[in-house]
Amino acid sequence: MQSPPLLGGLGGAKMSKTLVEKIWDAHVVKSEEGFPDILYIDTHLIHEVTSPQAFDGLRKRGLPVFRPQQTVATADHNVPTLNQLLPIKEELSRYQVDMLTKNCAEFGIELYGLGHPFQGIVHVIGPELGITLPGKTMVCGDSHTSTHGAFGAIAFGIGTSQVEQVFATQCLLQSKPKTMKIEVNGELGKGVCAKDIILYIIAQISAAGGTGYFIEYAGSAIESLSMEARMTICNMSIEMGARGGLIAPDQITFDYIKGRKFAPAGQDWDKALVYWKTLYSDADAKFDSVLTFDAADIAPMITYGTNPGMGMGIQENIPATTAQPEKEQLSYQKALDYMGFDDDASLIGKPVDYVFIGSCTNSRIEDLREVADFVKDKRKADNVTVWIVPGSKQVEQQAKNEGLDKIFEAAGFQLREPGCSACLGMNEDKIPAGKYCVSTSNRNFEGRQGQNARTLLASPLTAAAAAVTGVITDVRELLEKVEG
Amino acid sequence: MKKFTKLTSAVVPLNIENIDTDQIIPARFLKATTREGFGENLFRDWRYNSDNTPKPEFVMNNPTYSGQILVAGKNFGCGSSREHAAWAIQDAGFDVVISSFFADIFKGNALNNGLLPIQVSEDFLKQIFTAVENNPEITLTVDLENQTVAIEGKVLPSGEDLGGAENFEINAYKKSCLINGYDDIDFILAQKDLIEEFEKG
Ligand code: SF4
Repeated sequence: MQSPPLLGGLGGAKMSKTLVEKIWDAHVVKSEEGFPDILYIDTHLIHEVTSPQAFDGLRKRGLPVFRPQQTVATADHNVPTLNQLLPIKEELSRYQVDMLTKNCAEFGIELYGLGHPFQGIVHVIGPELGITLPGKTMVCGDSHTSTHGAFGAIAFGIGTSQVEQVFATQCLLQSKPKTMKIEVNGELGKGVCAKDIILYIIAQISAAGGTGYFIEYAGSAIESLSMEARMTICNMSIEMGARGGLIAPDQITFDYIKGRKFAPAGQDWDKALVYWKTLYSDADAKFDSVLTFDAADIAPMITYGTNPGMGMGIQENIPATTAQPEKEQLSYQKALDYMGFDDDASLIGKPVDYVFIGSCTNSRIEDLREVADFVKDKRKADNVTVWIVPGSKQVEQQAKNEGLDKIFEAAGFQLREPGCSACLGMNEDKIPAGKYCVSTSNRNFEGRQGQNARTLLASPLTAAAAAVTGVITDVRELLEKVEG
Repeated sequence: MKKFTKLTSAVVPLNIENIDTDQIIPARFLKATTREGFGENLFRDWRYNSDNTPKPEFVMNNPTYSGQILVAGKNFGCGSSREHAAWAIQDAGFDVVISSFFADIFKGNALNNGLLPIQVSEDFLKQIFTAVENNPEITLTVDLENQTVAIEGKVLPSGEDLGGAENFEINAYKKSCLINGYDDIDFILAQKDLIEEFEKG
């Protein structure tokens, strides 16, 4: 695959700009008063669910895919996580995956489908293959495309009509977003993960608090995170309504990219690096909104409701309905009823039925290592079913190479094959009605993990703690015991 | 794309906030490879029991309410980017969705399909809900050209006027697309030369 166009200099950079503005301006094909910008898209990722109608649209218009080499496909949403090499049992899922194969062949698109060593969740494979790079514009018919922003890219989710637009033109009509800076400073406490940071931010500003904005995460707590942890943060930007989220690339970013399959190499690397080092918000750049948080205030988080904004520190009690704005009380009560929770209740000690460790939020090798490290020499509680679903074939392979599979097996955790799985329950991996699932995924909407399933979002560590104890547990207490 | 200029219709009120796309069209119904037929699964799990019998308490199953305008609480369409949500609403016969706040991607998807999302003030939204509650037969008139939405003034038994109107915002380009039935692809395709020039750097 070709490396991204290195969009020369920054046009004199006369005004100070935010990182978003720098990347945006370098990709504007045309900007006209009263119209959205025509924005050039470097990389288009596609999967089986949101692409078939777009391919159909192209056929109806008699158009080819304009830049097939800048398009990468994988099958992830629908795929089984057991016996992936057997034909998919469910007819409609099989048909959708077959359609993707057929469409990619017809339009000349590279497909990392079932059985391919690069197959995986679209937002996991982009970064691990070195397709995701700083300064790029990237889109996918999937709202968690914001994940790729962790590398200092403008990456966002689009609908199927827009997928068709990018197929046809490699461009999108987009109005320039507003920008928000979210700074998290200081040091995280023991047992507190990147997932807790983002769940905390969403709980603070609500599930709609970022609407209309592109968010840049900054501050010492963010800068100290690994690339995979940064991806967890950017991934959930959409859960506060933001168009996307990104983090300025730094040495941690460059070290992560170097040597990956499709990353630039040799002279191209040197050239790319020069450009990437210009990718930061200028010191006096103006954001439309700035929020600051202190890492020390963040505890392991858990959600108690049916949108990701309904989260709290694990030791807290569920906020009372009467404490909500009057207009929102009905919806709030409906959410608690769905979850089977009461006002003011604590969740500590509450039995759980399932633990799902996976999804584009937390299914990378570091997540699996963290969980393995914690469960080593422990066993899951009898009342809990534990699924570990790696984000990609490469993650799965690496977990096996490192012997993590043995640790999981000994703990009674089931390591499955890669896919979206119980994150959205489109394949067979569904949480049964009424059951509680502590999940490392990103959405706790009604029915998201299966009809009437009840989802509690948490970090991989908090999920692992629930798996071992069988109840909602403050993971810090278990960590202390080991050390004490 | 479907054209839109003006519509007068009764409304279907759904006074719930943060309605996410998993409620609008649950993931298990996303397996179709065409755009048609999603309407029957719109709000599936709110509308039907697991044995597929309708839930009488859900507004779409209540014959008192009908019409081409869906009115919903704040932050409508949050969550996934699935355009199937817009297709399902349209396929179920709606041409307009009114809320006091829309999630970005949903709004874009709706506009790209000729489904008009209208953002009104919290107060006006409340006024609409109150009006429908009192008289399910009230109608709204949506005039895209003039960017207005009006409650057609029916009067309560108490004599109180339920009418009211508000202007709404819409991007001028999107407005002309809706009125003329053009879509973004037509617009960008006309500028292909510019794109190729851009690629050369
Ligand atoms: S893992 Fe979940 S959130 Fe991520 S792409 Fe798949 S379905 Fe979407």
